[in-house]
This record gives sequence, C-alpha cells and structure tokens, in this order.
Amino acid sequence: MSTDVQNPPETRSEAGAARAVAAHFRDYLAKVRGGEVGALPAVTGIIALCVVFGAADPVFLSVGNLANLFGQGAAVACIAMGLVFVLIIGEIDLSAGYASGVCAALMAVALTEWGMPWPVAIGVAIAAGVAIGLLLGAIVVKLGIPSFVVTLAAFLAFQGIVLIILDKGANISINNETVKAIAGGNLERWQGWTLLVVTVAAYAALQLSRWRRRVGRGLVHEPFAVVCARIAALAALLAATVFLLNLERSANPQLVSLTGVPVVVVVLGALFVLWSFVLHRTRFGRHLYAVGGNAEAALRAGVAVDRVRIAAFVICSAMAAVGGIVAASRAASVDPNTGGSNVLLLSVGAAVIGGASLFGGKGTVRAALLGGAVVAIINNGMGLMGLDAGVRFGVTGAVLLLAAGVDAMSRGRGALFGRH
Amino acid sequence: MLLELSRVSKSFGPVEVLSEVDLAIDAGEVCALVGDNGAGKSTLVKCIAGIHTVDGGTVAVDGRSRDISGPRDAAALGIEVVYQDLALCDNLDVVENMFLGREKLHGVVLDDDAMEQLAAETLDSLAVRTIRNLRQNVASLSGGQRQTVAIAKAVLWNSRLVILDEPTAALGVAQTRQVLELIRRLADQGLAVLYISHNLNDVFAVADRIAALYLGRMAAVLDAADATQSQVVELITSGRSGEVGLTETNGVRP
Ligand SMILES: Nc1ncnc2c1ncn2[C@@H]1O[C@H](COP(=O)(O)OP(=O)(O)OP(=O)(O)O)[C@@H](O)[C@H]1O
Ligand SMILES: [Mg+2]
Repeated sequence: MSTDVQNPPETRSEAGAARAVAAHFRDYLAKVRGGEVGALPAVTGIIALCVVFGAADPVFLSVGNLANLFGQGAAVACIAMGLVFVLIIGEIDLSAGYASGVCAALMAVALTEWGMPWPVAIGVAIAAGVAIGLLLGAIVVKLGIPSFVVTLAAFLAFQGIVLIILDKGANISINNETVKAIAGGNLERWQGWTLLVVTVAAYAALQLSRWRRRVGRGLVHEPFAVVCARIAALAALLAATVFLLNLERSANPQLVSLTGVPVVVVVLGALFVLWSFVLHRTRFGRHLYAVGGNAEAALRAGVAVDRVRIAAFVICSAMAAVGGIVAASRAASVDPNTGGSNVLLLSVGAAVIGGASLFGGKGTVRAALLGGAVVAIINNGMGLMGLDAGVRFGVTGAVLLLAAGVDAMSRGRGALFGRH
Repeated sequence: MLLELSRVSKSFGPVEVLSEVDLAIDAGEVCALVGDNGAGKSTLVKCIAGIHTVDGGTVAVDGRSRDISGPRDAAALGIEVVYQDLALCDNLDVVENMFLGREKLHGVVLDDDAMEQLAAETLDSLAVRTIRNLRQNVASLSGGQRQTVAIAKAVLWNSRLVILDEPTAALGVAQTRQVLELIRRLADQGLAVLYISHNLNDVFAVADRIAALYLGRMAAVLDAADATQSQVVELITSGRSGEVGLTETNGVRP
C-alpha cells in the first residue's frame, strides 16, 4: 500500500537519495518490461532516424531543415492529436483527412468569396469540424453503426463536398498574411526566449508544487532529484531548440533574413498542452480512457458513455479542421487534394507509432506528436536522399507495422504478466 | 432491518424468475444466498440494485418501502454491488477504478492526490495488505487483488449493504481466503453483506445466515450455526430438506 512505501527520512542523506533514484529507475524498467513502453519506441525511432539520415546527408541536420520539419509535419500532427481521442475509445475516424479538407476549403471560401476577416474564417472552419464530429459521433453512438463504416462513408462523401465547395475543384489561393503566418511565420528571437522561460517556469512550478503536495500528504512520490532532472531536461531540450531556430537559416541572408521559432511550433505546443490537460487532468479525460478500457464497467460506474463517445468524435473532427487550416496556411492555397491522398493514413500511423492502440484504451497527445515527428522525419529524410515517393510510402508502412507490432507485443506482455 | 424484501416477484415475459421472495438482512451480518444455476440469484441482486424493476412485492430499506429505479438510487441508499463479471477498467489504475464515475474534483481539475489518499485509507481500514502500488494498472493485478479492488470500491462510498455476486468464482484457494476474510471484516465493521456463492465451504466459512433459492422461490433461510451442508444441498437441489423448505415444489408435493 502506498503509505507503507513512503520514502523514509534517510532519503535526505546522499546515499539514501541515490538509492531512491535507483529504485525509481528499477520501477521504470519493470514497467517497460511489463509492457508499458510509453514513449520509448517513438523516441528511440526518432533518434535512430536522425542518426541514419544525418549520416546520409548532412543537410538533414541543418537548422533550415529542422524548421522545415515542423512545417511539414504540423498538419498531420494536428489530425493525429484528434485521432488519439477516437482511438482511446476504441473507434476510428477514416474521414479525418477529408474533414480537414472540407474545413480548409470553407475557410478559404470564407476568406476570399465571402470576404470575412480571418478570425471569423478560422472560426467557420473549426465550427464545421465540430458539426462534422457531432454528426459522425451521433450516427456511431445512436444508430450503433461501426465507426469504421460510418467514417468510410464520410471519407467518400467529404471528398465530394470539397469538390462542391471549391466549385468543381478550382484551386483557391489564400492571400491573408495572418493565415499564411500560421505555418509560414516565425517569432522574433526575443519572443522565442521569452516563451521558453515562461514555459519552463510554468512546468517547474507545476511539477514542484505537485511533488510538495504529495510529500505533504504522505503519498508515494518520486525522488526530488528525478523531478529536478526532468525539469532540467525539458529546459535543456527547449533551450537547444530555441537556440538553433534563432540562428540564421536563410540561404541568402543579405537578401532575406530567416530566423526565429516557427509560429507553427507554438501552435502545436499550445494544442499539446490543452489536450494533455483535458486527457489527464479532467474527469472527461478519465472517462475517455474508462470507456476505451471497459465500456460496460464505465456504464455501471455512472459514466455518461454515449456523451463521452460523441465528444471524442467532435474533438477529432475539430482537430482535423485545425490540421486543415495549418495545411492551407502552409500551401497558401486550398485544392481538392487538401487533406486527401495519404494524409489520413499518415495521421493514423503517427498516432499508432507514438503509442496509441487501435484496440482502444490507450494513447496520449504526446504520442501523436512523437509519431508525427517520426512520419515527418521519414518523409523529409528520404526526400533529401532523393528516394522517390514509392520507397517513402513503403518505409512508412513498414514503420507503422513495426509500431503496431510493438503495441500488440506490449499487450501480450501485459496480459502475460497480469491476471494470474 | 436494513434491507427487507417481501413477496418480491419478477418475470421476464412469460417466465417467472422470482416468485414471492422474502428476505431480510441486518447490519453487521453476512447473509449467503445459495441456489442452483438459474435459480434467480443474480436476478434478485439486480432487483435490489435497481437494474430490474420488481413486478410485485416491496423492497424496503430502513423499514421504508423504496422505489429503486437505477444504480444511482441504490447508491444513494448505501447499496453497492460487486458484479459476477468484474466491472473494472484494465487500463486504469487502482485509484482511478475505485473513483470511476465519482471522481473528486478541484474546480474542473481532478484531485488525484486526494483520491489516492482516500483509496489508501479505505484499503487500510479493510486491512488490505495485498495491494502495494495504488498507481498500478489493474490489468497487472491478480484475480484476488482485482476482486479486492472491486470490493474496496464498493466500500468507499459509506455503503451500508454490499452485495457480492460470486466474488470468489474465479479465484484460487489462497486468494479466496483473502476475499472471504475481507467479507467477514466488512460485516464486523457494521455493514450488511449479501454474499452469493456456489461453494458451500466458503458459505459456511463466512455466513451468519444462509438463504436458499429454489426455482425462483425462497426455500428456507437458516442460521448457519444450526445448518448442515447436506441440508443446504438438499434445499438447493430439491427445495426441501426434512421439515424445512417449500411445502410444495413446482405444484407437485415431493
Ligand atoms: N434479462 C433476462 N431476460 C430473460 N430471462 C432472464 C434474464 N435474466 C435472467 N433470466 C433468466 O432468469 C433465470 C435466473 O437467472 P439468474 O441469472 O438470476 O440465475 P442465477 O441464480 O444467478 O444463476 P447462476 O448461478 O448461473 O449465476 C434464468 O433462467 C435466466 O435465463
Ligand atoms: Mg448469477
């Protein structure tokens, strides 16, 4: 029981602290062996890919390419973050890609043809996403049609709706500077540093106050050194990122200077914080996992299962809309292919590679971002190596299969180590 | 009497599953409910828990007739059920499972620390020493530990009557003993316990009284101290044993 394993006072001595840290790592290793691998496969994958691509072509490790990676992966990462919510409840949304296309097309039409100001146009796109999610969720939940079928139908229908909105498939270019800045703009150097300080300070404050609360209540808590190490690691990682992104990365600095943290990094970071909060710190988030783990048990415990499931679809489609906005901003235009071709499959792949499970009950927003990074790095790196699209698809597919294999294996282990 | 059922009947379509069942349970006692497969034990539980509405008769709590029309009503009266098939979420940890559906909040934020502390206190009060890490997913727990979590979950809510539908059916010898000890402790703390089991050794190990259902009718309610296993077996299989039991079974005198 938790109160029995409180850290004894000896942790204050140095030897005690070292022992506590060692115990902490043993617990972590035991968890990994027990199948709770968390972010480990994705992080390992990212490091391995960076080493391979960096060795193959030094351009891959250039600052310019780093900034590029964020822009290339952002739309898929947004859609993947939303998909995590439906994956957690054990459903799937195959229409998320084209839903992002529909929403982006609506935004483009609102900006150009209806002459709306940019905040309204973005609002229209997100509202459309919410409406789509409500519709899909209601059909799945109230009519009991499997989400695979419902969203497959929507996948086809949305493809047509994009064509209709875009007037037989015309390409609409986006000239609004603010919208274009979402994926194309950069922060000033000082803004990047300020953001870094604020983020790290907020993270440190949260971590330390949580740690103190748990010590005060006599609950199991991590060794203080581990908490500090985590804060330091985040600070170092973010500082390195900001430093690199603040370097000049223009090919021709005299002509045009290109520095600063891309705006899209801030957008991704804010969405990450928002949805992580919802998933892990709110009752709704807890209920999402419960529904995915055992819907019957959740129902008996008084969880409003139907409402939770519909809400998951709403969040997924709304995040698809955000992904569509980002994609439109990056391309500075919308065409019938926005959100089409392999966008959906890459997004599902990203979520699964990051650690979400197609069996439900598992997944985090962080998983979507890490998986999105893997997918973006593969595409980017192989593009630099001059490999053609065929090879890229093949490799991405192989990585997805690998990730699903890790998931299935970790489930097997969980089952092996549990129950008996 | 904490719970008093009188002449409770329940039919599914033309099939009468419970017919005029009487049963009373007092605080501080373990009442075992035995009966063959299909005798109507689980149905009786679901009638008490408000999952089924009764067709006839009354369910009284604290001497007042109640209309229990859902798990929420039952919970409000202090009645908690641990179901035959465990209602736990494998992907949630012990604390999360115990508070599922009734999470403690701090504004809109989950108050995980308060929940963990309360869960620890509850397990402590039940003298549970088998669960060491409250932050471990229940998937990694043994069957006995899972059952312990399910029972502790039922006790967490100032419940007064805990109903356990075959809590030891899937457990080994040692784990069964742990759960039986836990059941005894609940009663010693003043809770009423309705315990359903097919294992008469287990029944005699914990029960104060034994109620035997036969084809949806209450054959007899005996004091465990006065009853013998063979007597209970006869009640279960034929609804009658010597002088006790149904005077006629299924319209035919035995
Ligand atoms: N929802 C239902 N609809 C129709 N018949 C039902 C329903 N629930 C139970 N029954 C019937 O009622 C009878 C009693 O079932 P119940 O589950 O109460 O038995 P039990 O005593 O719990 O048996 P076991 O020991 O096998 O768990 C059975 O014949 C069953 O088929
Ligand atoms: Mg039963």
